[in-house]
Amino acid sequence: MTETGFEPNIIAFVCNWCSYGGADIAGSMRLKYPSNIKLIRVMCSGRVDPEFIMEAFRSGADGVMVLGCHPNDCHYIEGNYKALKRCNMLRPLLDQFNIEQDRLHLDWVSASEGEKFARVSREMNERITKLGPLNWEKAIGPIRSMEVPS
Amino acid sequence: MSDKPKIAIYWCSSCGGCEEAVVDLNEAILDVVDAVDIVFWPVAMDFKYEDVRKLKDGELLASFINGGIRLSEQEEIVKLLREKSQLVFAFGSCAVMGGVPGLANMTDREGIFTRVYKEIESNDNPENRVPETETKLDGKYDLELPEFYDSVYPLDQIIPVDYYIPGCAPSPETITDAFTAILEGKLPEKGSVLSPTKSLCDTCPRKDSKPDKIEIERFVEPHRYDKLDDGRCFLEAGIICMGPATRGGCGERCINANMPCRGCYGPPNNVKDQGVRMMSALSSLIKTDEEKEIPKVIETLPDLIGPLYMYGLPSSILFRKKIK
Ligand code: SF4
Ligand code: SF4
Ligand code: FES
Repeated sequence: MTETGFEPNIIAFVCNWCSYGGADIAGSMRLKYPSNIKLIRVMCSGRVDPEFIMEAFRSGADGVMVLGCHPNDCHYIEGNYKALKRCNMLRPLLDQFNIEQDRLHLDWVSASEGEKFARVSREMNERITKLGPLNWEKAIGPIRSMEVPS
Repeated sequence: MSDKPKIAIYWCSSCGGCEEAVVDLNEAILDVVDAVDIVFWPVAMDFKYEDVRKLKDGELLASFINGGIRLSEQEEIVKLLREKSQLVFAFGSCAVMGGVPGLANMTDREGIFTRVYKEIESNDNPENRVPETETKLDGKYDLELPEFYDSVYPLDQIIPVDYYIPGCAPSPETITDAFTAILEGKLPEKGSVLSPTKSLCDTCPRKDSKPDKIEIERFVEPHRYDKLDDGRCFLEAGIICMGPATRGGCGERCINANMPCRGCYGPPNNVKDQGVRMMSALSSLIKTDEEKEIPKVIETLPDLIGPLYMYGLPSSILFRKKIK
């Protein structure tokens, strides 16, 4: 929490083979990183469908991180390059929806980089705290949805 | 009174092309007219909303509604038709996804009114008036206009929809197949889109020229490309063709006219957001793996919303641009 009382809601998609381990080490080393970052473990950063990211923003995330293995270290060879290209394209698209590009962050964190995991998380938290809440559904008015009739 | 099934056809926020598509069925429309009683079709025949109010609930076998919802009047009438109909069909891209008018979700009522009524160069509006829902005329007459919403909604965000007939406009085959299924009682599970589930690429005449691995160095807008008619898959040239993220069934109309698909049939089953699905496919075609080079390739596309959401902005996950 900051003085303004805003604690950002941050979703981090973390690769099982690297960044998840990084987060684990950060935890066991008792490094300080913000507790409001919610980790979602995925098998590879390339598995993060941009629909997930859009859903996260729509459902109330103020920021989204995608953390994967360093270049050339992806277990599925080019999953992280896929993630890199997607996130690079998603950012200008988010910008057109009026979602600041900084709200989506991609980074590489290996299984031994507890320190880096903590730093990346802290920096993300700072950036999003500065940007303020996104509050998508409230900001854009009602999105209505109907059940299929039976 | 005949005992033929009664149907209604109504339009909301659309261009009229869907109505045209029904008329364009030519002889086939006669079979339809023969088999049903059209009891409400404001564009073609003289009916009043009162006629619909007088019907019993569920008295209509089906209502075919085209256009998205942008005005309170449209919301009121589609809710009325929902009560009176056993089945509601979202007819055409606008009713299914918001359609081209749904691109207005990049602005809001104020933005539209300011541009249309105050800024347009040819306007003559010295008092800067914009439409109001209530106006007093000569100090004594109360005039009422429908409310103009900030956003365009696909039909199923306003009323429950039983079936979807996609297309801008739906092709004659898509329409006649739907009518046949209704009249022969062969409709699939409720909630279905009445068109093939596979992507357009699956039946595209250019698909054999699509290389296994496409690697592009820049995106190209179709009007800047002079070989549109070379018969090769558009993606190979860096032209956005929505085929991979679009449901088949249109008869590959644009491809056959040497134009890339813009996605009017909407996403195939299991794809929620046609735009980001296509974005994902496009990003994977970028040749370079260099972190610094990738943004340069993406910058060759001046606008992403237009090509990716030409028909589906209101049904996308984010629904609209944030204004405030
Ligand atoms: S991308 Fe377009 S041109 Fe290429 S195969 Fe698919 S539909 Fe055909
Ligand atoms: S090719 Fe694409 S845009 Fe053209 S009619 Fe078919 S689905 Fe619609
Ligand atoms: S396995 Fe870690 S990014 Fe692919």
